[in-house]
Amino acid sequence: MSREETTLRVPFLLDMEYRYAVGQYGRRFFTELRDHARLMGARCPECERVYVPPRPVCGICYRELHEWVEVGPEGTIVGWTVVRLPFIDPMTGEQRPVPYGFAIIRLDGASTSLYHFLDETDERKIRVGQRVRAVFREKREGSLRDILHFRLLEE
Amino acid sequence: MPRRVAIIATGQTKHAARRLDVNIAELITEAVTRALQDADLTMRDIDAVLLGNMEPFEGFLFPELWAVEGWGGYMKPSVKFNTGGTVGTTTAIAAYYYVASGIYDTVMAIGFQKQSEGHTQTAITTVGDPIWERSVMAGAIGNFAVMATTYMHESGVTEEQAAKVAVKARRNACLNEYAHLQMPDITVEEVLRSEMLAYPVKRLDMCPQSDGAVAVIFAEESKAQKLCPRPAWIKAVATAHEQQYMGDSPKRLAEMRSLIAASRRAYQAAGITNPRKELDVAEIYEVASFAELAMYENLGFCERGEGGKLIDAGVTELTGELPVNPSGGVLSTNPIGATALIRVAEAALQIMGKAGRRQVEGARTALATGYGGNAWTDILILSREKP
Repeated sequence: MSREETTLRVPFLLDMEYRYAVGQYGRRFFTELRDHARLMGARCPECERVYVPPRPVCGICYRELHEWVEVGPEGTIVGWTVVRLPFIDPMTGEQRPVPYGFAIIRLDGASTSLYHFLDETDERKIRVGQRVRAVFREKREGSLRDILHFRLLEE
Repeated sequence: MPRRVAIIATGQTKHAARRLDVNIAELITEAVTRALQDADLTMRDIDAVLLGNMEPFEGFLFPELWAVEGWGGYMKPSVKFNTGGTVGTTTAIAAYYYVASGIYDTVMAIGFQKQSEGHTQTAITTVGDPIWERSVMAGAIGNFAVMATTYMHESGVTEEQAAKVAVKARRNACLNEYAHLQMPDITVEEVLRSEMLAYPVKRLDMCPQSDGAVAVIFAEESKAQKLCPRPAWIKAVATAHEQQYMGDSPKRLAEMRSLIAASRRAYQAAGITNPRKELDVAEIYEVASFAELAMYENLGFCERGEGGKLIDAGVTELTGELPVNPSGGVLSTNPIGATALIRVAEAALQIMGKAGRRQVEGARTALATGYGGNAWTDILILSREKP
């Protein structure tokens, strides 16, 4: 077989939009975030873990979660990076501008952690255990991006 | 009581960045026919076929239909598995259950992925929860990077120790005719100097994207003994799932809850109390150099915080006390839907004494792992002795 024959390829372009319901626990969380710039978690009645994201059931105890508690807006960095590899942002289909700070953050009062952006891209200035604070957007519409990013706090 | 089950044959493709010479069905056929040849069987001897793949990567959304003749599915009982990084081990463990149950005697497990035909980074982002994670995710690499900084903080491992893992993998891969990335001259300095993708993860710390397929044949005791001179007996299998979101596990790589739970369950079932002494070889699912060091600790190969020292001391080199990934591992070959099943196939080759230049002399007990989704773990322990 010639080289030309072996490299024949058929292209296929796909442009699909999906819409996901945020659910009952998500609705409560995102409504509080949008209307009051307030972050909420759900507490397990048995182990007392406070879950962010809030969810119907604690998977460890298998108990339903009905108690809501406020968490954050300050928290602590559990893990972090500065992303330098360009990749396609699934929310827009466009390449997300790099570099950007990215961290997993334990909000004060929560037992679990949340992924979000940092306002810092200098690797020498970020560390595990560092305190951060959520910066909310002026105009909020009820999604995780109502938090613009987390700001590193002076120590 | 479950019946005794052994792996009697394996078949792999030559894994590569781009297998433009074949389409997906042909790629699968290549692995399947090699496994049948290895066992000296025909597809008529196979009672059921299980197929593993992550469909979003190529948009090949119906492989059980589009490649059915290649994977031998015509008129056979079959199921497709789609569990992220664990696809291959989920498929292997299911094949074990099919045979152990007494319902089928001879079952083939297949895994494949042709990543050159799709969008790996974008597809991996869809692993994240659409409401809570996708909008802020950073692909597989950003995700591993945040886990790696947590682990470095907890254990004190260095970028240099991680680079040693990357070097070991690509050098071992040179002894494996199927491996994708073979880099005989790679050095620690070269890894450390490679492009920073997301601190502390550099290009050579990460696995490649590969095209490849693998097939593994499982048989019940009497067939296994008749068909294979030295079968790889399944001594234990275990699976454990994490919680829902990526931030739920408090210490991430520094305390891999599902890996700890599944491995301890498997060790107990296999009667293993000191894995470093009692295992002869391990094929583990290390998608990044840092992850392998963390897995040493979480699999109990060493104490907490000692993962870096284990690689420094050469314990996991091919000539060390417990060789880890003599095949070159995921860091050398990663066709995702096949990757964990390649771990099982390579562990079986070690037990069968058919691992060629990467053979660990006298290997009698081997560990294989799958790791993925949101930190799910599968474990298989293979042995030269019947369970």
